[in-house]
Amino acid sequence: MDKRLKRILPRVQKPARYTGGEYNQVIKDPESVDIRLAFCFPDTYEIGMSNLGMSILYHTMNSLPFVWCERVFAPWGDMYAEMKQAGIPLYALESGDPLSEFDSLAFSIGYEMAYTTVLDMLDMAGLPLRTEDRPDLLPLVWAGGTAGVNAEPMAPFIDLFVIGEGEEMNNELLTLLRQAKLEGWSKHDFLCRAAQIGGVYVPSLYEVRYLPDGSIASVTPKDGAPAKVQKRIIQNLDSVPFPTHPVVPSTEVVHDRVSLELFRGCVRGCRFCQAGHVYRPIRAKKKETLVRQGIESLKNTGYQELTLLSLSTSDYRELPALCDGLLDYCEERSIGLSLPSLRADNFSMELMQRLQKVRKSGLTFAVEGGSQRLRDAINKNVTEEDLLNTCRIAFAGGWNNVKLYYMLGLPTETDEDILGIAEMANKVLHCWRENAKNKNRGVRITVSTSCFIPKPHCPFQWEAQIKPEEYMRRVNLLRGAITAKNVVYNWHDAETSLIEAVLSRGDRRVADAIELVFRRGGRLDAWSDWFSFQRWVDAFRDCGIDPAFYANREIPADAVLPWDHIVVGVRKAHLLRERERAYRAELSPDCRMQCSACGAAGLLTEGKCDG
Amino acid sequence: MDKLRLRFEKTGRAVYISHLDLMATMQRAFSRAGLELKYSEGFNPHPLISILLPLSVGTASICELMDFRLRESSDFQVTRELLQTLPERLTAALPEGIRVLEAYPAEKKSALLKWLDVKGRLEYDGGAPAPEDLAAFFAQPEIVIEKKTKRGMGMSDIRPAIQNISFERDGTTGDAILLDARISAQEPTLNPDHMVAALRQLRPELAPDFAEFTRLETWDAEENLYR
Repeated sequence: MDKRLKRILPRVQKPARYTGGEYNQVIKDPESVDIRLAFCFPDTYEIGMSNLGMSILYHTMNSLPFVWCERVFAPWGDMYAEMKQAGIPLYALESGDPLSEFDSLAFSIGYEMAYTTVLDMLDMAGLPLRTEDRPDLLPLVWAGGTAGVNAEPMAPFIDLFVIGEGEEMNNELLTLLRQAKLEGWSKHDFLCRAAQIGGVYVPSLYEVRYLPDGSIASVTPKDGAPAKVQKRIIQNLDSVPFPTHPVVPSTEVVHDRVSLELFRGCVRGCRFCQAGHVYRPIRAKKKETLVRQGIESLKNTGYQELTLLSLSTSDYRELPALCDGLLDYCEERSIGLSLPSLRADNFSMELMQRLQKVRKSGLTFAVEGGSQRLRDAINKNVTEEDLLNTCRIAFAGGWNNVKLYYMLGLPTETDEDILGIAEMANKVLHCWRENAKNKNRGVRITVSTSCFIPKPHCPFQWEAQIKPEEYMRRVNLLRGAITAKNVVYNWHDAETSLIEAVLSRGDRRVADAIELVFRRGGRLDAWSDWFSFQRWVDAFRDCGIDPAFYANREIPADAVLPWDHIVVGVRKAHLLRERERAYRAELSPDCRMQCSACGAAGLLTEGKCDG
Repeated sequence: MDKLRLRFEKTGRAVYISHLDLMATMQRAFSRAGLELKYSEGFNPHPLISILLPLSVGTASICELMDFRLRESSDFQVTRELLQTLPERLTAALPEGIRVLEAYPAEKKSALLKWLDVKGRLEYDGGAPAPEDLAAFFAQPEIVIEKKTKRGMGMSDIRPAIQNISFERDGTTGDAILLDARISAQEPTLNPDHMVAALRQLRPELAPDFAEFTRLETWDAEENLYR
């Protein structure tokens, strides 16, 4: 180990996150591989090691014998300062080698607020930030993850993006990179060839022109790049490799457990939800596959907890049978099974009781809107009756902690809708009074609100975000209406939401502001510990960027969107139709009741959409 | 055989695993090795394992001791053969740097563990002082330092916790001193870092820029090997 590092580690918080050496890490002989890949997660170890996508792709990329893929995370503030002061460059955990010895850096970017950290990690690796300032093929800097559905704000920094699911695409790309390295191709030649791989988006091969009013006139591909880049999907989740021997951190991380992914996609079409649209079509794993992978993973990790992941767990068709299969193994070994993302409308108390025999944690429901009209407008198919029914059973069963999540600023929202949130909390409280077995233990109802952020590729992608002042007015309206002392109200600040909206709907010009924020010390912006709203405001001003243009403007339906050349499968016509229905407060049936012909099934070449 | 004891090494990258994280790591390693730990009864069952002397982060050891119990059943009994194969089985299930040396029935009570041999490497960026000066400092009848106690900062004499101590120049480089000492493991517990703290507080010109320690061996009050 680096002598300087040895001196630093004993004085930073949780040093085990900076050393590697964990159980199940992949060690290879650097001389035996052609491509050394630094797999970078632009957030802390605790967050990155909780990310199932990282774990899957670490495994699939290391399955290539000519690649050694190692993990890199962003150091926390204390370690960052120490590394800067000692002049230690960013290094990979497995080998401890600095990133300058790597052939390629691959970033997993799951959320926009990680953008400055991507730049920071490039800088700590000693690389120029902009792709045009890195003329050589190696190191190749590429990125994937959900933020790639609008890659434009990061386009000047990243050589290429992989759009969609990476298990197969990444390995095709790495195979091509190996050929290019061994045969000595130029970077340009490589990028042109890579652009022919399905799902690969090379921003430098697209020329963007703007109209005088600042909106986009055209996006023109060159050098044979496809006019539209269609996201990649895995056709059959039962046959795609899944790591049943993931790296087990030697220090506590956020999700310290085995995660099983039940299905990709979502049958619900909540109109504000990006994830519900960009991960379609719906493809489920067979319960036999899941039980086998779950048991193998538990055996290989020694974890005492297993969790089921998906966008809406209770929509998994075979959920009870799957739980039975897993509980048969887990119960006699005291292994806990947890099910996040349950819905209030098809919540099964019987299931919850079986899962939580000992400890009763709180129940959390994402209600989103305060009135039935608004919930219909956003297509959140949950009624007050569903929620109260569930609460009735839960309170009678001994639960006494309920969290209700809402968004403020949703399209069509009125003050009446906001006051409806307070009424609903009161009804839940009343429900507890009528049904609680033991009232001496008290009840805690938590109402949380966040500010609606319009996101690309969902029906509300054209909508304006309300300004922070207006959000605070609505927060105060709600605060005044919540009077019961058992109801606690928390609200997320609007400032982060505004920046997130700018970055979500940004185009390439926003990149200058991201770079300036980084140059002025911005990193780990997803953490309130490090986020500075003023730094962003100043950077926008100094770059001549009006944040309101991106966040608070309703985009005309016929405008060219910065992400129009990225195809996620759901058709724009479907999104527009859904938006119209929102204005009429019309529900759309979920995919299981009636297929809405959104278009995502067109990505399937085998099998059919499980919606 | 009810209460069992494990002797293991914690070196290399594993020295940065904290005491609490080590407990979780051990628990998972047993499970990976197909060995079921016995759990406590009650509302919130936890595995019955205990590490005799918690080790500070950054300190290595080749003599760690941990007590544990295995869940016996009709088809699983703790036998001498099992204990013989256990070190290899468990080591294969542990992260880099943790190696199990032996497993045996715990006969001596943990309270009987009294002395600990440690070695240290003191690094001086501006050149090392004379080993004799360091020896002379630690030969004083009392060495009172300020250290953290359960009730905030307090003064405490660490000298009685040092049974013997010697210093020599590191032959390979001119800027390091090697320390060898037998110190009190418990009642009172002396953290080797306190010896460095003593220099820093009382003879700053002898204080190293960096020090790292390794635990070597455990002894009882009569200075017989403790196992």
